[in-house]
Amino acid sequence: MTKYLCDLKVGDQSIILGFDTSRVEDQEFAIDLEDRLLEIGFEEGLDVEVLHKGTFGGDPLAVKIGTITVALRKMEAAAIILGEK
Amino acid sequence: MTALRVALIGAPNSGKSSLFNTLTGSHQKVANYPGVTVERRAGTVLTEAGENVYLVDLPGLYSLNDRSLDEKVSREILTGVHETEEQPEVLVCVINAANLRVHLRLVLELKSLDIPIIVALNMHDLATRDGIEIDVARLSEELGVPVMTTIAVKDSGVKALKEYLSRDASAYAKPTGKPADTTTRALQKEAGRITKLVTIKEGGQHKMTRLLDSVALHPVAGIVLFFTMLFFMFQAVFSWAEGPMDFIEGSFAALGEIVATYIPEGILRSFIQDGLIAGVGSVLVFLPQIIILFTFILILEASGYMARAAFIMDKLMAKVGLNGRAFIPLLSSFACAIPGIMATRTIANHRDRITTIMIAPLMTCSARLPVYTLLIAAFIPNIKVMGYFGLQGVVFFGLYMAGIISAIIVAAVMKKTITKGALQPFLMELPKYQLPRLRHVFLELWQRVRAFLRRAGTIILYAAIALWALTLYPRAPENAPEADIYYSFAGMIGRALQVIFAPLGFNWEISIALVPGMAAREVAVSALGTVYALQGDEDQVAQSLATVLQSAWPLPTALAFLAWFIYAPQCLATLATARRETNSWGWTAFMTGYLFGLAYLISLIVNITATALLN
Repeated sequence: MTKYLCDLKVGDQSIILGFDTSRVEDQEFAIDLEDRLLEIGFEEGLDVEVLHKGTFGGDPLAVKIGTITVALRKMEAAAIILGEK
Repeated sequence: MTALRVALIGAPNSGKSSLFNTLTGSHQKVANYPGVTVERRAGTVLTEAGENVYLVDLPGLYSLNDRSLDEKVSREILTGVHETEEQPEVLVCVINAANLRVHLRLVLELKSLDIPIIVALNMHDLATRDGIEIDVARLSEELGVPVMTTIAVKDSGVKALKEYLSRDASAYAKPTGKPADTTTRALQKEAGRITKLVTIKEGGQHKMTRLLDSVALHPVAGIVLFFTMLFFMFQAVFSWAEGPMDFIEGSFAALGEIVATYIPEGILRSFIQDGLIAGVGSVLVFLPQIIILFTFILILEASGYMARAAFIMDKLMAKVGLNGRAFIPLLSSFACAIPGIMATRTIANHRDRITTIMIAPLMTCSARLPVYTLLIAAFIPNIKVMGYFGLQGVVFFGLYMAGIISAIIVAAVMKKTITKGALQPFLMELPKYQLPRLRHVFLELWQRVRAFLRRAGTIILYAAIALWALTLYPRAPENAPEADIYYSFAGMIGRALQVIFAPLGFNWEISIALVPGMAAREVAVSALGTVYALQGDEDQVAQSLATVLQSAWPLPTALAFLAWFIYAPQCLATLATARRETNSWGWTAFMTGYLFGLAYLISLIVNITATALLN
C-alpha cells in the first residue's frame, strides 16, 4: 500500500518517493502544486520527519526536510508519496 | 554618471529585507507599484567610493512563474517590460547558507535572464553557530557568477558587497553557462548537485528552534501561548497607549487654547481651532496605538514567531477561506481598523489580502466604544439576566459578536464570488527563531509611522477641513430656534438624508450628527451634543446626552442606531487607508457601499422588528 506524507504521525520519519497531485480534490489547485512543493524544498530522495501537527484534526503539519522546516496542510501533504526508509 | 540600478532578489527567509535595511538604512521609500497591491521598496546605497547606487527590493519569492502578483511584477521588472520600473543593470541575489539547495535554484533560474548577477551568500551568525561551512570559491565557479559572503544584519558584513557595487555598469560580467533545461525539477537537481559539492560541513540542527517549537507548536501549550501573547499585546495597546493618547489630546487642546488667546473670535480662529487642530488631532491621537501594535507585530515577525501564529490559526481561518496570516490584521482591527488594514501586507495572496481588508472594519474598533457606551447607558436597563449576567454587558458582547459573525459571513460570501480563485496553498517555511535586531524593527516601524503621518497630513486633513466648513456654513440666522448646525450645509445634508433614514427610525437630529460623524465614529457623540445644543466636554456631553436621548428617542430608534454603528464605515481615515492599501478606488467604493448597505438593511430590520415587538 502506498504511503503518503499526510499518513505520518508526529515523530515518524520517512523518505520522499514522488508526487501525486491527482489525489487533490480541487484540480485547479492541483495544477501547479507539484512545482510549488518542489520550490519550497520537497524533492525525491529527501528525508522527512513530521515535527508537529495542528490542534484540530491534525491540520496543518510542520515537516522537517533536510535542514528546513515547512508547514503545509494535510490536503497538500496528501500529494507527497513516501517510500521505505 | 547616473546611479547604477541594482535589484535585490531572494527567497522568503533568505535575509533579503535585513540586507536591504542594512544597505540603505533610512534612505528608503516604501510605496505600491501602480495599480497593484505589490509593495515597492527602493532606496539608495552610498558605496565605499562615495557613489550612489539605486537599489530596488523585489518581493521575496521562490521562482519567477507568473502565479502571484509578486512574481508577475518581479518578472516584468527583470525582463524590462514593467511600465514604470526600469530594468535593473545588476542583480544581487540573496541566498541563505542554511538553505542552499532551495535558494540556489532561484539563482539558476535568474541566470537565464542575461543580467549580471552577484550572489550574496548570507552567512547569518546562525549559520556559523549551526556549524555550516561552505566552499565559496567552488560555489562561484559552479554557478558562473561572483559570490560574496555577507552578514546581512551587520554594517561590517556588507562592506565587500558595497565595494563591489561601486563599479561602473559596464564592469559587471554576465553569468556564464546558462542552464539548458529550465524546468523546476531540472533546476532543482542542478541546485542539489551544487549544494552537495560546496558544502564542507552541513551543520547540526538548530536546537533552540526545536526546543521553542515544542512549546509554540504544541497542540495545547501552543494555543495557550498564542492567546496569552495576544492578550498581553492588546492589554499593551489599550493601557500603554492611554497615557500618550491623553498627552496628545491634551497637547492639541492646549494648542487650541493658545490659538484662542492670539487670534480674535471669528472665522480664522474657528478654522484653525475646530478645523485644523481638532481635525488632525482626532487622527494623530491613534499614533501611540499604532506604534505599540506595530512594535509587537514587527518583533513577532522578525523573531520568526509570526509563521507559528499563522500555523496555530490556519485551521480556523481556513473555514472562511482565508489563511492563518489573516488573523493578526483582523485582531488588530479591534483596536483600530487603520493599523489592521496596514498589517495585511503580511498576506502574500492578493485575493486573500483584499478579502481581509474588506472585512477589517467589521471588527469593533475602540472608536465605537463611546457610541456604544452612551446608548447602552441610556436605553438598556441595568438589570441581570438569567440571574447572573448584566443585560448591558450582554448587549455589549452581542454588538461585538454581531461584527465578528458578519465578518465571517461577508468573507465566506466574497471568497465564493468576487474574490473567488483557486485555493491558495498554505505551504510556508517555518524560519529558525532569532533575536530581532533593534535597528531593523525601528526602520520598519518608521516606514509605517511615516505612511500614517503622511495620510494624517494630507487626505485626512482635507476631509477634516471640508467637514468643518460644512458644519459652519451657511451661518444660522439671528435668534434661530434650532442649533446652528441645523442651518449649515451639514444640517441640510442631514435633513435631506432624513428622508432616506426615516424607515430606520432616525430623526433629523441623528441624520445631521452622522454627517460630521464621518470624520470618526466617536465624533457622532459630540455632534449629537451639538444638535441637542449641549455644552461642555465629551464626557459631560455624554452624561447629560443620555438623559436627553432617553426622552427624545423611542427604543427601536436607539437599537437601530446601535446596529448602524456595527456596520457603517463612519470613518474617513479607514476609507483613506483602504484606498491606499488596495491601491484601487473600486475596492474602496465597494467597501463603502457594502458597509453602508448592510448598515441600512440591518438597522431597518432592527427598527421594524423592535417596533412590532413593542406594540
